[in-house]
Amino acid sequence: MELTREAMLELYRTMATIRHFEERGIPETGQRRMSASVHSSAGQEAVPTGICAHLTDDDYIGSTHRGHGHCIAKGVDPKAMMAELFGRATGPNKGKGGSMHIADMSKGMLGTNGVVAASVPLAVGAGLTSKLRHNNQRVAVAFFGDGGANQGVLHESMNLASVWKLPVIFCCENNQYAESTPVEYALSASHVADRAVAYNMPGIHVDGMDVFAVYDAAGQAVARAKAGEGPTLLECLTYRYYGHTVFDNPLSYRTREEEEHWRNRDPLKLFRETVVPQGEISAEELDQIDREAENLMEEAIRFADSSPMPQPSELYEDVYVDYPVELLKRGSNMEI
Amino acid sequence: MTQTAEQTRNITLTQALNEAMREEMRRDERVFIMGEDIQSGVYGASAGLAQEFGYERVRDCPLSENAFMGAAVGAAAVGMRPIVESAFCFMWVAMDSLVSQASKMRYMFGGQVDLPIVYRASLYYGGSMAAHHSDRSYPLFMHIPGFKVVFASNSYDGKGLMKTAIRDNDPVLFCEDRTILGARGEVPEDDYAIPLGVADVKREGTDVTIVAIGGMVPRALEAADTLAQEGISAEVLDPRTLVPLDRQAILDSVAKTGRLVTVDMAHKTCSAASEIAAIVAMEGFWSLQAPVQRLGTANVHIPFSTALEPLCYPTAETIADAARATLE
Repeated sequence: MELTREAMLELYRTMATIRHFEERGIPETGQRRMSASVHSSAGQEAVPTGICAHLTDDDYIGSTHRGHGHCIAKGVDPKAMMAELFGRATGPNKGKGGSMHIADMSKGMLGTNGVVAASVPLAVGAGLTSKLRHNNQRVAVAFFGDGGANQGVLHESMNLASVWKLPVIFCCENNQYAESTPVEYALSASHVADRAVAYNMPGIHVDGMDVFAVYDAAGQAVARAKAGEGPTLLECLTYRYYGHTVFDNPLSYRTREEEEHWRNRDPLKLFRETVVPQGEISAEELDQIDREAENLMEEAIRFADSSPMPQPSELYEDVYVDYPVELLKRGSNMEI
Repeated sequence: MTQTAEQTRNITLTQALNEAMREEMRRDERVFIMGEDIQSGVYGASAGLAQEFGYERVRDCPLSENAFMGAAVGAAAVGMRPIVESAFCFMWVAMDSLVSQASKMRYMFGGQVDLPIVYRASLYYGGSMAAHHSDRSYPLFMHIPGFKVVFASNSYDGKGLMKTAIRDNDPVLFCEDRTILGARGEVPEDDYAIPLGVADVKREGTDVTIVAIGGMVPRALEAADTLAQEGISAEVLDPRTLVPLDRQAILDSVAKTGRLVTVDMAHKTCSAASEIAAIVAMEGFWSLQAPVQRLGTANVHIPFSTALEPLCYPTAETIADAARATLE
């Protein structure tokens, strides 16, 4: 699939923004003791980048606990995301969601999600809406991992989307470990994509470190979805550089040699090695994009730090669209 | 309510619910219905909807409750107004979509989404269906912030509350009590809707308040008839919605009568009746002239045999006994 120079630079910019968000933002979150449960997607940048490059704000994605990359690739403002990670009122979720629930409905971003594979049926519902109201011209992508591949709701959802021929892409980011459990142990098939045959949809297996491979495969899936031909299962083989969360030491279940092997296939490095020798894009241009991403993160941290915390009165806001707070308090002599 | 015979029809609660859905689907094309075996209308309330609205808007689902109840959340988040038909007993397999997604999404997202979904939950108790099909676990959804819980006890309320539930922008659990779905009542021809959170006094009285919901309302009314023959004037109050709950109406009634019997078909522990008893104990204590009586289903699973099942639930007799106990 042909990409313009500008589109290629945009792919790199998205990957660099994700990388710097994870590398800079997560340690900062830790220093502010906001949450132990923050999951870095460093190493997996090519997957959301290659897929979301085909999408607009009218398309939808459902994400996972490891979802910062999905948010950034779908256009969510990294500054607002950082504020959300810091529990600030200026986050997209007003500080009530944190890392595992970042959502931006104006971008079609239906939320990172704290339950493995739980956003998959949400994306199917968005796909159903596209079919009922938008003639399949809006595509819904359900991201999940190799751990999520074994959740029943994924299989129910793939069947549902296939039976109803919905414009949905089931995207498995196979980073090879569900927390500490290796995929070879947990998966009955050789590849997650092999399971597509059971749901009568194409199953594509690509190198998830190669943004161009992901981009090409996603292009096919998007075209099929918009043509009304139904869903696709797209498996992208990738690797997370860090532990499951900041508290997890991955060397307790994988080797340094394995980590080095995958870091040698780093998606940003691979991009440079592919593109720079072709001559159209220079290493200096990419360095400049990296610097801009670094600066954006400094700006994001300053924005988040200078943003207000939510007011205590926010506690009772947005439980319902409309509901008297006195009733929620359930007792006239109770303050909470 | 004054209605002439020409203006009302005598229809069942099932027909009333069907009318409400039909009229709302005509009114708003974002409303659609999904569930198992609804195109054929096997279980009544959806009968004929597929013929009028087609198979796209009356959508049969594979037996994948977690997926389709979750898909309803996704569809609602991006602009649709789904009605999901199911039964309480099958909601257990969809609890992640219901609890972790539907109930929490608006709050977690800082108010970014409205989720106008009606989950229609049939309650099959009282029909020798045994433990897997006789669940009445709506108090669980009172416990979870984010859900509204509606429980109609007659045709008029059913139609008016269903219309409000469909127009509401929060997830609504709409309880359909199969012990009373066939009961007939007067329903006006004209469009009407009943607001959530407004209780209805089904029978006025002065000596004791009986708060009852759903299928317990006719039993409470029967108990009130019996009590009247003994010179005891019982007020029967139907909250109609458990979330929001018309706390003031309950407190006002107890202020008048000084006595409370609260009746529920959920298991007694942590039931709707328990919550109502707690509210009155906390906020209506000085009105009370006798201890509150709380009735509910025995804390056992529902047995199959007709020799055992009826022992589980409150009856007109046990309700009347409880009322008498408050007057001793």
